[in-house]
Amino acid sequence: MDKDNWDKDNMDKDNRDKDNMDKDNMDKDNRDKGNMDKDRKDHLGNNTFRSGLITYGLVVGLYVVMQVLMRLGAVPSLIQGMLVPLCMYVVLAVSLNLTVGILGELSLGHAGFMCVGAFASAVFSLTLVDSPMPAPVRFALAILVGALAAALFGMVVGIPVLRLRGDYLAIVTLAFGEIVKNVINVVYLGFDSGGFHISLKNSASLHLAEGGRVFINGAQGLKGTPQDSGFTAGFILVMLTLAIVLNLVHSRSGRAIMAIRDNRIAAESIGINVTKYKLMAFTISAALAGTAGALYSHNFNPLAATPKNFGYNQSIMILVFVVLGGIGNIRGSVIAALVLTLLPELLRGLSDYRMLIYAIILIVMMIFNWSPSLVAWRERYLPRNLFGGGAHDGKGA
Amino acid sequence: MALLDIGRLSISFGGLRAVDDFNVKIEKGQLYGLIGPNGAGKTTVFNLLTGVYKPNSGKILLDGKDITGKRTIDINREGIARTFQNIRLFKDLTVLDNVKAGLHNHYPYSTLAGILRLPVYRRREREMDARAMELLRVFDLDAQAGLKASNLPYGKQRKLEIARALATQPKLLLLDEPAAGMNPNETAELMETIRFVRREFDMTILLIEHDMHLVAGICEELTVLDFGQIIAQGETGKVLRDPEVIKAYLGEG
Repeated sequence: MDKDNWDKDNMDKDNRDKDNMDKDNMDKDNRDKGNMDKDRKDHLGNNTFRSGLITYGLVVGLYVVMQVLMRLGAVPSLIQGMLVPLCMYVVLAVSLNLTVGILGELSLGHAGFMCVGAFASAVFSLTLVDSPMPAPVRFALAILVGALAAALFGMVVGIPVLRLRGDYLAIVTLAFGEIVKNVINVVYLGFDSGGFHISLKNSASLHLAEGGRVFINGAQGLKGTPQDSGFTAGFILVMLTLAIVLNLVHSRSGRAIMAIRDNRIAAESIGINVTKYKLMAFTISAALAGTAGALYSHNFNPLAATPKNFGYNQSIMILVFVVLGGIGNIRGSVIAALVLTLLPELLRGLSDYRMLIYAIILIVMMIFNWSPSLVAWRERYLPRNLFGGGAHDGKGA
Repeated sequence: MALLDIGRLSISFGGLRAVDDFNVKIEKGQLYGLIGPNGAGKTTVFNLLTGVYKPNSGKILLDGKDITGKRTIDINREGIARTFQNIRLFKDLTVLDNVKAGLHNHYPYSTLAGILRLPVYRRREREMDARAMELLRVFDLDAQAGLKASNLPYGKQRKLEIARALATQPKLLLLDEPAAGMNPNETAELMETIRFVRREFDMTILLIEHDMHLVAGICEELTVLDFGQIIAQGETGKVLRDPEVIKAYLGEG
């Protein structure tokens, strides 16, 4: 019954919009004429392929350059310490772009999925810390565990939440992120010969047997996670994330997801299962955020869920990367995540003026990316492939 | 047996009987028109046929199979495809991808195969490209295959919507005011296209239209709706001369 009403509302709206529609379409035609050449280029098959290669090439190139510079000892320790977070933010931005740009739904709880992935993978590694398993294998498995845990949460949250749209979805995902963070802050988790013990009171109430270890100690978080994370692991994860998202976008399922984004009713009318594909995109997006969490939890010790690392500020930060890089533009997300993560650190020397300059750069980037006249200027004078496709084409790789 | 057999179909919104006791039989290969003043319930009939609304009572048989109250996606799989009064393209996808989206259920491969780029992915995508280009050529859209759908001129957007609907391999095609917003030249071209589609795809077509020139030109039979009720039904020429229809819809003089 709810669904019926909802559809009816939608239809009513359609009828109301009908009169304006034809005119709108005409106006839009005229407005879009200028972009025509660009779009034609962006959408030919071999061009999307080339565009993808440029994205991969950019990441590989940066990795090689950093490796060489590190060998030469030319990288200050401040920057070296940022390499893993940089990879993490790139993964987060690209994965959020799958929800925001490709699926077209606003999610403000991305840090929540990252948090789930971080703690799940850390607990997994702590459990196996004494086993003879080689560290890289254990870390790979930990990333997988983080992804699966976040995917599970993505699915559980997604089933009810994806029935909502727009602002409602944003608010519920925002709440989800905060709930995850706060729940983890009161969880005590221990491990002994009898398996896992969990409590919401204190570590004593875990009643651990002899030799048992406390993994999550309430608000103090998690200590002693093996520091398996590194620049190379982060680089591999970034490449995997890009491959998953770009290949998905250019596949049958990706087409279905973008069809739903562009027009849900039409997608249904040609037999596309809207619920299935929405949930798929949201779950994959959450899983990838979980892998970023694993990267994080194996890089920082001790690990606690604070507002700074898993709070809504973090979620909004990731959204800023996506919006500034261009919604639906995967390469843009990579570049925006790199630039905006590095920038505050590079500006540290300017102390008081730091945030002022950061804000100005945000505004300039926004104008550069979205102002129609600047976009036209860019099309004319800059090499086309530098910034990927138009922000809205959904396929700008 | 009729391809589409609608019996005693009714739906009310609140106190309003939007469609009341609607009966129609459409034979295979027929070009059937549904006309009537604004608000008569024509699009509601389409929405009932495609599962957007569930009827309060009545039965819809497609090719002898009861599809009453099924979900939109299942009805599409059973063989009904439609276009919309206000064009609903996937505007940020390319023209080619719009049609490939229509092929979604006919060239299946798993999401994982797509992400891993398995051979089945390449094979199916190649087949889809070939089939989609074939359809685009029929509608003279092949030169714009790489264009964003929203950048097509209006008339071509209408055609693309029909191509996308046909990609789902329907038995019955519903066209909701295909000539809306078109100039006389475009309408004439559209009439040709609709005739061509029927011939080439051996398609049964039910269309809603206000353009009497188009209706008189291509529809073999008509049903006229007014306030949700059928006021006339039958062979086109006869229906258009019916005094009741002239009074309610066409206007005298």
